[in-house]
Order: sequence, then structure tokens, then C-alpha cells
Amino acid sequence: MSLTTAIRDRDVTELPGKRDEDWRWTDLRGLIRKLPPPSEPFTADIGAGPFDALASDRRVIVNGRGADPIEIARGKNAIVAARFVSRGAGVHVARLNVIVGPDARLVLLESYESDSASISQASLTITLHPGARIERIVLAQDNAEAVNVSQAEVLHAARARFAQTVVTSGARRQRLETRVQHPGGNAELRLDGVYLLADKRHADQTTIVTHAGPDGVTAQLTKGVVRDQARGVFQGRIVVEEGADRTDARMGHHALILSDRAEVDAKPELEIYADDVACAHGNTVGALDEDALFYARQRGIPEAQARALLTEAFIGQVIDRIGHEGARDAVRAWVAERLWD
Amino acid sequence: MMLSVSNLHASVDGKEILKGLTLAVPAGEVHAIMGPNGAGKSTLSYVLTGRDGYEVTQGSATLDGEDLLALAPDERAARGVFLSFQYPLEIPGVPALTFIRTALNAQRRARGQAEITAPEFLKLARAKSADLKIDFDMLKRALNVGFSGGEKKRMEILQMAMLSPRFLILDETDSGLDIDALRIVSDGVNALRSPERAMLVITHYQRLLDYIKPDRVHVLAGGRIVASGGPELAHELEKNGYEQYEKAA
Repeated sequence: MSLTTAIRDRDVTELPGKRDEDWRWTDLRGLIRKLPPPSEPFTADIGAGPFDALASDRRVIVNGRGADPIEIARGKNAIVAARFVSRGAGVHVARLNVIVGPDARLVLLESYESDSASISQASLTITLHPGARIERIVLAQDNAEAVNVSQAEVLHAARARFAQTVVTSGARRQRLETRVQHPGGNAELRLDGVYLLADKRHADQTTIVTHAGPDGVTAQLTKGVVRDQARGVFQGRIVVEEGADRTDARMGHHALILSDRAEVDAKPELEIYADDVACAHGNTVGALDEDALFYARQRGIPEAQARALLTEAFIGQVIDRIGHEGARDAVRAWVAERLWD
Repeated sequence: MMLSVSNLHASVDGKEILKGLTLAVPAGEVHAIMGPNGAGKSTLSYVLTGRDGYEVTQGSATLDGEDLLALAPDERAARGVFLSFQYPLEIPGVPALTFIRTALNAQRRARGQAEITAPEFLKLARAKSADLKIDFDMLKRALNVGFSGGEKKRMEILQMAMLSPRFLILDETDSGLDIDALRIVSDGVNALRSPERAMLVITHYQRLLDYIKPDRVHVLAGGRIVASGGPELAHELEKNGYEQYEKAA
């Protein structure tokens, strides 16, 4: 069952849905009764992307077309913007390969930009060589009527570092999934996420990390804010295989629900088959701290501003972990804009 | 009269805590409210500052003749009402400097004043933190997060000094302070004494009043002021306890 197969075969029965354990909160089968026609090539101006000013190189994939791989040779540095753009209400799939050579560094600034009720699937394969470093920032600014699934497969390497922050405002239905093969060997992994959902938007951040060797580190922090009738989904699974001793894995998911009709579904899972492992997860879902809110108001900060200040601070703890300064500022501004209106 | 409270009745969760409290504090004076646990001391401070869940059922409270009870908490703050919390809240993710500057500018906007510029603000913050022996770098950390009890109280007084309120309520400000911290905090409070300001010092123990000398002392018991007098009343309470007043209430 996958969206890719469903699109390829034009067969809605291939869509993942409620009966698939990993997709029970992101039901595509129940949502999509009929697939729209394949997206046409789009040649008109698509406008600027959110990270254009920061990148030295660009990949622009419009309606699934035009994706040269990103390859960074041994010891080189690059900042590349990868834009997955959807124009019109068709269906399409996109692929992107990313390969970062030994001791090379890449800042990957990825964006999802749809403008209507499109159905899109993006598949990325990200390969690190030993000593490579990748910081991947994903900004998903989809249309409220769009359905978008992005699935990244990360092949991690010894001594390498992969850090990512996925930031989204959701879509009609949206899944941003990352699977990491973690070899241990002092490889470091950071998987962070932010979701800010309003109206009837939906966002699903799913991560699956498999620690296959000893001495691996994983740190995860995802925070979300949902209001109106929005729905946030967090699924985080960390598997520590037999022999992956001395794994250090920490997962946190915290969400604020700002209205009675909003919903957050969270499933943190640790599966541990190794010894001498330090694993922990924390999961909280709640409202804004009313005591803190009163404290801020007592100091003279009006209620709406106090709420925005506290909410921004809540999310800011994830944004602070972004290493690339320009990307951090861009994400901070993007978040602030969505919290203050 | 700066603060005028008349026949104030207030309930929390349907239970009446304040039962006809009357109090007047003129500008330039420091009044102490002393009383046993459960007398309504903290309730009084929350009612005056407008916390949700504290329902006024009868009576009035005015500041310079303006009805305080009709105003939102932030509007009361903009008019100069400041509460130093017994248990200051932690604000994760908001550096103390950002929090205080946001508050100061919100108050100034509400009063129709121009916002303070960043250099002016930093200068003020440096001066006031030095007065209170607060390491300036601490102000770059999230407000009160991981601070000790004493540090939190000092941070309250710093905010008070920077926001420059006209009517100050100190709720059990001495709790959790050692003798050195108590002196620093008291010096900070005393520096704010002026003919234009008034203070309400809420305390269970007389100790704080050795440092912040009140003009008047009131005994709050059973939700009402049951006795008032000069500073000597505090000493008498220290000696004889609250029992006679609790019985009277």
C-alpha cells in the first residue's frame, strides 16, 4: 500500500488508510475516492522559494519534473535549496536523490509549495558517507486543499551527523515521514519537528529510526500547536536492534491544543533489543499554562500578545536547535507570522 | 486615596474567602497586611490584580478613584498595579530581558507613551540588575527557569524596579529568602518608596517589616480587616500570635 503505487496504477484501493497501523491517523483511502488526472508540466513562473536567498545551488521540482540528484563530493560544502512545487490540481510523484561524500557538508533547505487541491508524493533517498554532515530543514507550506506525502529514507554512516527540522502548517492531509538507518559508530542523529495547524488542516510527522550498530546517538524533539478543528499526528518509533549496545536515544513530543475541537494523536514507541542502552521518551499534550498567562498579563502584556509570546517560546525551543543561522532566522520568522495573526 | 477597598466580598470555586474587606492606602504610605494562613491574604492580591477564578460578589476596589475591578489584568498593570508573586512563574523559552521589555513596552503603549529604545532599555536593565546584585547574564536566560527561590524573588523586584509601578503589592516576598537576600530585596523595595507610590506588604511574619518599615499594619483574619494600628502592632502579633484575632473573626 502506498500513494506512489496508487498514483502509478491509478488505483485508489492501493492507498494506505485506517486499516494500516502506520496510517490509521492519516487515512488517504477514506479521503480520496477518485484520483484526479496526472499533473501537466508547468512552465509559467512559480515565484520565489522560501530559502532562495540562503542557497548557493537549487533544485526545483515542479509537478514531479526536473530533479537532478544532489551530490556533494568528498570534503566539499554546499547549501542547496530543494523546492517541491505543485501547480494545479493534478496528481504527481517526485523523486530526489541526495548523496553527501566523506567529510562533506550539506545544508539542505527543502520546501513543499502547493497552490491547490493537488495530490503529490515525494520520495527522497539521502545517503551519507562516513564523516559527512547534513542539516536538513523542511518547510512545508501546502495549500489547505492539498494532499501531500513526503517520504525520506536516510542511510546514515559512521562518524556522520544528520540533523533535521521539519516545519509545517499542514494541508488537507499531509504526511512528512523520515526513516533512518542508523549504523551507530558514533553517528549522530537529530530529528526535530514543528507543526502549527489551524482551520481543518492535518499534519502527520512520522519518524522511524533503526539503530543497527553500537554507540549511536539519536535526539528527537517535536512540538506542535493546533487550533480550530486541526489535527496533528506524531508517530516516533526508535528500534534498537540486537547488538546496538550503548545506544543513546531520546525522544520528546509536546503539543499545545488551543481549542476544544482540535486534536493531537501521538504514538512514541521504543523497541529495544540491545544492552546498556539509554533511551527515554516524553510526551505531553495540553493547553497553554494559565498561571504563566496570568503572570504575563499582570506585567502588562495584553492577553492575545501574552498567548502568542508563550506559544512562540514553546516552539522556539525547537527552532533554537537549528544550526544554520540563516535557516533558523527564516524558520523563526515563518513561525512568528503564523502565530501572531 | 490611592487604593480604596470597600466591603469587598470575593469567592473562589463558590467559597467565600473575602467577607467584607475594607482598606484604604494613601499615596506615599506602606501598609502591611498580616494574618494567619488561610485568612485571604493571597486572595486579596489576586482580586486586586484580576486573576481568573476570583469572583467579586460585592463591594468595590478603586485606584485613584478608578474602578479597578472593571479592568483586565494588563490594564491594571498599565495603570501601575504590580504584584510581586509569592511563587513567581517560570516562563520557558522567554529570556528575562525579552519578557520585561515586552511588558514595559506594552504598558507604555497602553499609556500612550513611545516604546523604549533597545539601548535605553539595556542601560536601564544593567543599572537595575547591578543595584539588586543580579548577574546581567542571568537576564539572558529564560525567566525564572531553574532559578532558586531567592533568585526568583530578586527577579520580581528587578521587574518592579524596571516597570516602575505606582501601586505595589508584595505577596510573601520574604519567603524563601536568606538574610542577605532579604536585605538586598528590601533595599530594592525601599528604593521605590516615594510620595507618588503606595505599597501593600502581605506577610505572615513580622521579620520582613524590620526591613520594610510600614506606616500602618492591618490584621486580616476570616476575610476581613479585624484590627489596624502602627508598626507596633506587628511586634505585638509576633509576640502573641493571631489566635485572639482568629477567634474574633
